[in-house]
Amino acid sequence: MSGAEKIAVRVTEVTPLNELVTRFRFEPVAGGLLPTFSGGAHTVVEMADGDITRLNPYSLMSDPFDQSAYTISVRRDDAGRGGSLFMHEKVKVGDEMVISNPVNLFSLDLRAKKHLMIAGGIGITPFLAQIKQLDRAHGNWELHYSCRSEALGSYVDYLTSTHPNDVNVYYDDQDQAIDLETLLDGQPLGTHIYVCGPKGMINWVRGKAEALGWPREAVHYEEFLAPQPGKPFEVKLAVSNKVVQVGEHESLLEAIERAGVDAPYLCRGGACGMCETRVIDYAGNFIHRDHWLEDDEHASGEKIMPCVSRFEGKTLVLDR
Amino acid sequence: MTIQFNDETFREDYSFRNSQRAIDRFPFPFDKDSYMYAVNMEQHRGGPADSVYEKRFDVDEHYVSEMRDRAMVLADDPLRCQSLPHMTLAGWDLLELIMVSKSEDYPDLFELHRDGDEWHWVNKPMGIDDTFTFMDETTLPYGPMEYITRQTQGDFCVLDQRDDNLWMDAGMVTTQADWSLDFDIGMNFFEWHAPVPLAHEKGIFVRALKFLLNIQQGAPARRLNWTMTVNPLLDTSPENYHKWGIQKTTLTPENIGAKQHLRVELQTFFRLPRSNALVFPIRCYLIAFQDIVSVPKWGRRLHRVIRDLPEELATYKGFIDNRPMMLDFLSAYDDGLPTSNGVWPEKDSEPPLKT
Repeated sequence: MSGAEKIAVRVTEVTPLNELVTRFRFEPVAGGLLPTFSGGAHTVVEMADGDITRLNPYSLMSDPFDQSAYTISVRRDDAGRGGSLFMHEKVKVGDEMVISNPVNLFSLDLRAKKHLMIAGGIGITPFLAQIKQLDRAHGNWELHYSCRSEALGSYVDYLTSTHPNDVNVYYDDQDQAIDLETLLDGQPLGTHIYVCGPKGMINWVRGKAEALGWPREAVHYEEFLAPQPGKPFEVKLAVSNKVVQVGEHESLLEAIERAGVDAPYLCRGGACGMCETRVIDYAGNFIHRDHWLEDDEHASGEKIMPCVSRFEGKTLVLDR
Repeated sequence: MTIQFNDETFREDYSFRNSQRAIDRFPFPFDKDSYMYAVNMEQHRGGPADSVYEKRFDVDEHYVSEMRDRAMVLADDPLRCQSLPHMTLAGWDLLELIMVSKSEDYPDLFELHRDGDEWHWVNKPMGIDDTFTFMDETTLPYGPMEYITRQTQGDFCVLDQRDDNLWMDAGMVTTQADWSLDFDIGMNFFEWHAPVPLAHEKGIFVRALKFLLNIQQGAPARRLNWTMTVNPLLDTSPENYHKWGIQKTTLTPENIGAKQHLRVELQTFFRLPRSNALVFPIRCYLIAFQDIVSVPKWGRRLHRVIRDLPEELATYKGFIDNRPMMLDFLSAYDDGLPTSNGVWPEKDSEPPLKT
């Protein structure tokens, strides 16, 4: 929701971990304590990048009970629209930024007898917070973490030194792979699976779990879609009576906000459903990228998720 | 303003009364002259000074007596308070939320001193002064949810959020409008709302659930609901229907003004940070018909709402048999003049009753 409270923070540490990933530490500008959160939560970071305000979600990876600071890790995406590049190239220690209150779309199921975590690459970050939460409650967990190479294995050393018996690491460049079928087959009743990583990995784990008869509600996954660049297009906002040009490197939601129209949002990654917007009229093709709307809703031409989806064509009129 | 706590009962001799101040701040639920279900949510971040919306957890003159009534209900029926094993973390979240809110909002009544996990809680109206270790259940006389909700007006449903749904997995429910925690425990949002008429067809619950799933930390919400209760009973539970249901037949044209109460629920919704659960406090306010009609706008409006309410709703809310007698009473306070929009009493601008 666009009306939710924001938190003004100062960047107190910028720590490059490897060629691709840098960690940022945020402390409240006003002093005092940040809200606690639950493992798996993310925050939306506002980036004032020239004329454009970008809002990107990043998983909180610090101890959920530590109210002195939040930390996030950002993987540089050279082909993306520039949010991660902004974080890597522009953000310095001492900068003030604005972040959202924590939001959790990847919560632990606290009924689970065991939490089986499967991470790929930068998908490790929510698990770092969940592990801290579970350790405090003496929870039963096990992590399987797949990285491209030792050089790109963010937090591998930390994880294997603090939890040598619970952490299993696999390096692609050494032809190591998770033996998923055996792993899933050997789990005790009441185990929940959590997977965070690239789309291919999420689909692989969900598909295998389904084939092995795992209950749907015992398989949890989180994939943030970064909005993708695309051809510029024009949108008419019927309620506010404005015509807005959506730029190549701008999302539809960002363009609506730039026009001064208050639109609801939460995750900005196509997952939560908050920004769902009714289409009043269109002539052209939708490029739906969310995983909130059902296939028939995508086909209907009646709804769009402006945080990640785009449009190509002559006319698009939205109820906004 | 210092609160004078009443010494009153919600059973047997029913000595419950609203002071003039309590009448003036009563959360009258009708913003126009008719009523139909709506999601009607708004942000719960303050309200007009001294209104029930001003503080996160309103404390009023009935506090001490309501807590005494709750203790009696629990002594008779411990199952009014239940928490499934995975909800303990949410219980600590709730304890923290209430202690922090009350000590900040009512510093003359409540104090919270924290030194790391060592907490010191002072509740002056109830004479409680406890130290305990946060997140260590063995240092409290009850579980964290039960401990703090024995000291806080209103029922509390603590809802687990998973699988795109909300689950009634913990609660303290002793002042309810005819529903049972013991029956609903473990149910999801659609299951526990199944008995409500008309609202399903209107898609109300699908929209309401979507709204609730997205409630964020730091952005609580609220809405009002209402029903009718004969005698100022807090505990109108199905478990005790044999005791209170029969009282609906004791209304007469002579006693209805004093006996018939409008029951309003101030429902609030807070995201709990550590557990990602949602807490749903349901705070019950009671007001006698004779006190409502002392406000001319409310008297006119209540008559029109009750007169025009669909039969299904009057049946569901349990007053279909008494509706004719209510209307006989209320019609004397409806002179047909127009009413202003909104729920506020507008005693200075609204004309007095034409007689």
